Amino acid sequence: MNKTYYGKLIFELSKSGRTGYSLPESTMKNHSMDELPSALLREKPLGLPEVDELTVVRHYTNMSNNNFGVDTGFYPLGSCTMKYNPKINEEMAALKGFTNLHPAQCECTTQGALELYWEVQRTLSEIAGLSAFTLNPYAGAHGELTGLMVIRKYHEMRGDTARTKIIVPDSAHGTNPASAAVCGLQIVQVKSTADGTVDVEDLKPLLGDDIAGMMMTNPNTLGIFEKKIPEIARLVHECGGLMYYDGANLNPMLGVCRPGDMGFDVMHINLHKTFATPHGGGGPGSGPVGVRQGLEEYLPNPQVVKNSDGSFSIRTNENSLGSVSPLFGNYAVIVRAYAYLLSLGKENVPLAGKLSVLNANYIKECLKEYYKLPIDGLCKHEFVFDGLREEYGGDHHDAGHVTTLDVAKRLLDYGFHAPTIYFPLLFHEAMMIEPTETESKDTLDEFIEVMRTIALEARDHREMLKTAPHTTPVRRLDDVKAVKEPKFTYAAL
Amino acid sequence: MSYKYFPHTEQDISEMLKVIGVGSLDELYAEVPEELKFARELNIPSEKSEIEVREIIEGMAARNKQLVCFAGCGTYNHYTPSVIPYIASRSEFSTSYTPYQAEISQGTLQYIFEYQSMMAELTGMEISNASMYDGATATAEAMMMCVAAAKKRRKVLISATFNPAVLQVVRTYAKYHGVDLVEVPAKNGATDKAAIETLLAAGDVAGVMVAQPNYYGCIEDFSGLADACHAQKSLLVINSVASALGVLKSPGEWGADIACGDAQSLGIPMGYGGPYIGYLCTNSALIRKMPGRLVGATTDAEGKRCFVLTMQAREQHIRREKATSNICTAQGFMCLYVASYLSLMGPKGLHKVNSLSYEAAHYLHDALVDTGLFEDVYESPYLNEFTLRYTGATPLHELRKQLTAEGYLAGVVADEKEQLVIFAATEQNSKTQIDAFVATVSQRA
Repeated sequence: MNKTYYGKLIFELSKSGRTGYSLPESTMKNHSMDELPSALLREKPLGLPEVDELTVVRHYTNMSNNNFGVDTGFYPLGSCTMKYNPKINEEMAALKGFTNLHPAQCECTTQGALELYWEVQRTLSEIAGLSAFTLNPYAGAHGELTGLMVIRKYHEMRGDTARTKIIVPDSAHGTNPASAAVCGLQIVQVKSTADGTVDVEDLKPLLGDDIAGMMMTNPNTLGIFEKKIPEIARLVHECGGLMYYDGANLNPMLGVCRPGDMGFDVMHINLHKTFATPHGGGGPGSGPVGVRQGLEEYLPNPQVVKNSDGSFSIRTNENSLGSVSPLFGNYAVIVRAYAYLLSLGKENVPLAGKLSVLNANYIKECLKEYYKLPIDGLCKHEFVFDGLREEYGGDHHDAGHVTTLDVAKRLLDYGFHAPTIYFPLLFHEAMMIEPTETESKDTLDEFIEVMRTIALEARDHREMLKTAPHTTPVRRLDDVKAVKEPKFTYAAL
Repeated sequence: MSYKYFPHTEQDISEMLKVIGVGSLDELYAEVPEELKFARELNIPSEKSEIEVREIIEGMAARNKQLVCFAGCGTYNHYTPSVIPYIASRSEFSTSYTPYQAEISQGTLQYIFEYQSMMAELTGMEISNASMYDGATATAEAMMMCVAAAKKRRKVLISATFNPAVLQVVRTYAKYHGVDLVEVPAKNGATDKAAIETLLAAGDVAGVMVAQPNYYGCIEDFSGLADACHAQKSLLVINSVASALGVLKSPGEWGADIACGDAQSLGIPMGYGGPYIGYLCTNSALIRKMPGRLVGATTDAEGKRCFVLTMQAREQHIRREKATSNICTAQGFMCLYVASYLSLMGPKGLHKVNSLSYEAAHYLHDALVDTGLFEDVYESPYLNEFTLRYTGATPLHELRKQLTAEGYLAGVVADEKEQLVIFAATEQNSKTQIDAFVATVSQRA
């Protein structure tokens, strides 16, 4: 990453009279836009920049030099599964045979596209141990919302309309309760025990005929496998609820233990996490939703089916929950995931999970003498430290103590992305580390060395951390000013 | 077990296992109950080389037919300049995530800030978010914003002139979110404004949602609508085709409180429906009700102007079930598409795209009507999309089948019984192409 800050906005490079486009000359002059009644036209001039092509290319290239991606370096952002994004996938997603398809085209002209969609549905069903998938949801949170709609539709079809509550552990991703609220469900929180897993004794009294279901991720957000999952699933099923699996943490379980076999009824998968599609600065993602047998008809429309003659059709099902997207979601993301699944195959999918667990445990063991490990024992793909240990300045007795934020910012100086910080909310100084399977032992060793150096700095040169980062394109930002003097557009600057 | 995406050597693995204190990779799962473990091989295809992956997927792409496009209805075949995919392929952008660590994410933050600025300009609103998946879900979010802002009102009106695919998504969200979504009938291809006023009079409406140009391509006149809404303490939401805002009166100029829609028309390929980006813009009064990511300007410790994710107290990772929405996405990659497209086009380029599309659509319209096989349905002015009634002898579905075989996407059928077809054209449809298409229509109908 280039350490020199490129801070210009494209608007600041604009000069009236420059153009960055070329378009054909008008050849159909029977009509002109001047015919439109002026009352329907914009009055205010459009404040867009006027720049030439090279200026645009340099501008965005310089901006990219101030950006850190997986291709730049190690990105141990917990719960985000920042694995390597293979390049063949990009090329496949850009094939004109996909990108030039209009959504309104007859299915007789999109058989290849439908086949790919169907193959991904089938592959995900096998990996998840479920009966059927929709790939229509656009993102993980969109998948959660869709999955919860499936659960509500299931109860509605049984005439069981009093089930308006959903159980969510206190360690859950923020999207879980937020998706439930969008879906019109009330959230009932269940506590975690000292070992970080769901407290079954706390759960029992919550169960009743008003419970629509329970949302869980396994391993949970602390990276700990919920061993009592068979009992939890049994209890929730006995009370008439369904089990929802948040697939954000699916990576370590690949080929080892399937959500369907754990007792889950509905789940989503983040293709941008587990199946290596690029995160794109936060999107577009893709959040396919799977269901166990008996719930297939509730999946959103439209659906893709394979006919007996081997052809593929688009259909709508009248018992469906409705639609969450006009067509098949983020199709190009699905193409990338398919290329990844084909590349890995049945031989390597399980290996991805195991090596992600190996990497996480290795870092944890190498750093636990320096950072507080609130819950010891085997983790899965990620784990959480609760800040620095006391002997390295992690005690909170004075105002200027070193925080997790300081450690995170100092990591940037050493060329690493920071872990997820201050989540989960169970610990005050949470630092959630997820290395993924695509990182080598050499990279992990460098990271471990740097984390140890930072711990020593925290003890001996606290100021170095408090004022970090020092070598990044910009220094620590004033978050408070951004809120107090809000400026969201160039015009507002 | 060496594999190209896994850098571990056998020696690495045994050294790491030793540090952890377990004997094998399988032992890393010691706490997982045996009965839950998956004992067989996955029933999915075997590992493929890159050559084989290419062959399989290129084969699938080749089994699709690329058609000459005369359809719109939410997805427009505008040209994507070469610069855009070239810039977007920079992996410093594509392989990054949501810019949580602002000091090493200024690239992403800066282009999102530019995107927000450009969308605010286009819509005539003060602020834009950067988080909507597509136009349909952005409209659903706008509906939920209306209800959240109104506190006690749960009723939202939506015009029947919305694209039915968008309507279905909004209806689904309304059902589960507990919104009383009431459809306002159409009259001559436009929203029945008198019907809106009658419904507003009940005093229980949180928001009114209209579309521009609407599903049928008609440009609607929203004069007086904002005042009618505001007099009854309702919000006005205008959903527009983003590209059209280069020339049409903006939602801000109509007096809308929320502008939403799809920005696919700004340089994003049709791509069989996605990924696109939805936009959602509003004024500062409603900022705390806005869903999704917002980038703001600030300064760093040395006083340099820079950019950061802000106003996060609205969002799911802080507020959980009390958040404005469950949105976690920052639709960054597509913001980059739109920002680089609008940078290249500028105000004049966007005007020219609209003017060329206007001319092509009107030329196509006249040529189709001149065949005697189609007649006008609505009188409203249109930009690049219009509705005709087919009156030919060959059944409509049969005609369309033949045109598909000839390589044409001949519009979208809006009403099978009424034989209504919605056609669209863009700057990519040349005179030669339109002449050839209309000649084929004449031969086959």
